[in-house]
Amino acid sequence: MASAFEYAPAPESRAVVDIKPSYGLFIDGEFTDAADGQVFKTVSPSTEEVLSEVARAGAEDVDRAVAAARKAFEKWSALPGAERAKYLFRIARLVQERSRELAVLETLDNGKPIKETRDVDLPLVAAHFFYYAGWADKLDHAGYGANPRPLGVAGQVIPWNFPLLMLAWKIAPALATGNTVVLKPAETTPLSALFFADICRQAGLPKGVVNILPGYGDVGAALVGHEGIDKVAFTGSTAVGKEIARTVAGTRKKLTLELGGKGANIVFDDAPIDQAVEGIVSGIFFNQGQVCCAGSRLLVQESIQDELLDALKRRLTTLRLGDPLDKNTDIGAINSAEQLARITALADTGEAEGAERWSPACELPSAGYWFAPTLFTNVTQAHTVARDEIFGPVLSVLSFRTPDEAVAKANNSQYGLSAGIWTEKGSRMLAVANKLRAGVVWANTFNKFDPTSPFGGYKESGFGREGGRHGLEAYLDV
Amino acid sequence: MSESSRLSVLKTYKLYVGGKFPRSESGRVYEVTDHKGTWLANVPLSSRKDARDAVVAARKAFGGWSGATAYNRGQVLYRVAEMLEGRRNQFAHEVAHAEGLSKSAAAAQVEAAVDRWVWYAGWTDKIGQVVGGGNPVAGPFFNLSTPEPTGVVAIVAPQESSFLGLVSVIAPVIATGNTAVVIASERSPLPALALGEVLATSDLPGGVVNVLSGKAAELGAPLAAHQDVNALDLTGAGPELAKELEIAAADNLKRVLRPGPADADFTADPGTHRLTAFLETKTVWHPTGSLGASGTAY
Repeated sequence: MASAFEYAPAPESRAVVDIKPSYGLFIDGEFTDAADGQVFKTVSPSTEEVLSEVARAGAEDVDRAVAAARKAFEKWSALPGAERAKYLFRIARLVQERSRELAVLETLDNGKPIKETRDVDLPLVAAHFFYYAGWADKLDHAGYGANPRPLGVAGQVIPWNFPLLMLAWKIAPALATGNTVVLKPAETTPLSALFFADICRQAGLPKGVVNILPGYGDVGAALVGHEGIDKVAFTGSTAVGKEIARTVAGTRKKLTLELGGKGANIVFDDAPIDQAVEGIVSGIFFNQGQVCCAGSRLLVQESIQDELLDALKRRLTTLRLGDPLDKNTDIGAINSAEQLARITALADTGEAEGAERWSPACELPSAGYWFAPTLFTNVTQAHTVARDEIFGPVLSVLSFRTPDEAVAKANNSQYGLSAGIWTEKGSRMLAVANKLRAGVVWANTFNKFDPTSPFGGYKESGFGREGGRHGLEAYLDV
Repeated sequence: MSESSRLSVLKTYKLYVGGKFPRSESGRVYEVTDHKGTWLANVPLSSRKDARDAVVAARKAFGGWSGATAYNRGQVLYRVAEMLEGRRNQFAHEVAHAEGLSKSAAAAQVEAAVDRWVWYAGWTDKIGQVVGGGNPVAGPFFNLSTPEPTGVVAIVAPQESSFLGLVSVIAPVIATGNTAVVIASERSPLPALALGEVLATSDLPGGVVNVLSGKAAELGAPLAAHQDVNALDLTGAGPELAKELEIAAADNLKRVLRPGPADADFTADPGTHRLTAFLETKTVWHPTGSLGASGTAY
């Protein structure tokens, strides 16, 4: 991308991570081939280089993994909480020790910038295990009654946008509460979960407590539909979330869903413009916008629209897009060819429907999957780019005149995951936060996460919370 | 004139929707009998249209009710208990007929129902502190989680416990600021329809509770599929109907409370699970500023 300053390349070394040419499924403490011998390749989205060949789980493998988890459940759930806690503390420490290796691995497999995996993903992964470790022997005091019981075997399906962090959000609370798990990572990002299997080995975690089944949607469906599981946790698209809700209807399975979003980032006329611009940028360009809680709709008060958009565009010209392993990179690669096609199609729809498209001058690498930061102005609420989740670096700009109009427009969505408010006036911030139908509201900040802070949606963004005391409920029989 | 020769005035049982007492728009009624098969009343056989009208009323009431102070909601729920206390005999009579209970057993059910309103009246301004609170995030942020009502909740009321069960499912839903569309016990709807008369005189804004009588399956289907209903309480649905409704509810990801073993005995300690079933958690972040090396940053 044309940049204000020339920077010399500053690539993080790949030598810190040793990716093997092939990986198996992780079942009952052992790496194993898929029953039908199937494999798939995982590529680096920034170069399309094949990183490894991974066993592809099928329905038979789900049977094996669930059986292993069921067998392990008896002893694991009977362990004193303090002992489970110590395993999780070990895992937290091992993640910290290996965080550089895992950050590089995640950047290679996912395509996101190293500064994000190094400074956001990995620290949060370790913190999440450390946080839930401490709950394992304190469940009596969590507000769910005395001696709350685990559910049993949890089937967990996670997305590709924060592979290891989503794994942590799923596995840490499940294990702390005494459940065992079968987890399916996304087909485009299986590697960090398989490295996590090695961390389980180093931690001495009993066999079968954590089982990992790389594969596609078919094995995810087989897992959530399996008779032998007691709990389903899914993070991903709203369409798949609804399908899962239908699958578990009428069963004993407890369900939590963390799904799509179309977050409104509301900027009032008294907001500090420079700070708001930084918040808008992190809101929609963090992780290439492949974030369920992205601030993908900018709602700006009419009186400052021109000033704000000028400042925003100026800022976007300074973003550096390119090699995700370069420590100066702001925008990495899109995760897959499929996702790139989806973003491209939606952006084209935006243009076709009459919204005005703008991107900074930006040279895209010739190999890999890339999409330039994109703004749409002249957007109405009826436009596809204002309604559908794009899951890419595409921001739709709408305007408003009054706080009531801002709230009405923000809430005019099937989703309700996140929202942002930028204003210097405390009473306005609190009043608007109160009226927004969204699970997470960031005021004068955006995209902040913490293991103690419950995260999850309203409406079709899903139900249940991950993080904090609230996150325990999803894994307890309460 | 002697007591026995006086011809009593029968009540026309009607629906309770939007604070009013309409008949079913369909003009249909069905016959309700006591446990021995003696005729008690003809009650409205509500239609899908009645169900949709009730959702409109519940949605309209949601803003005001969820925006009312918790103290105010608590007083309204307590007022319901006060109104009911004075009509214990009437309800005991209705419950005895509906459930085939002895006079004293029916009276005990009604008294427990009055007490249940009192229990939930006290919860309105406490649940927020019990399930919400500040989160100690690792950074200079104020971070607060607060429970908020889910929205419009459709309830399939218990089929057997026509009054205590009914109150036990309605009160927690509205205590937290939700509004409700309730399908009364199909066989024994009279206590539910009579409750509408109590709610109407208890300062409860119209539309916060809407009571329909009719077939659970016929009314449950449009409510479970309704895009403006946010949640579903399936306590009174049998396993087959519950599954069917849960599948329909997935279409807009309604929150679903499945029938559970605890539903068998409504005299037991209700706990808080019904209160929390229809709450969303909202978490708000704000920077606190922090002291930097060069001085203040706030």
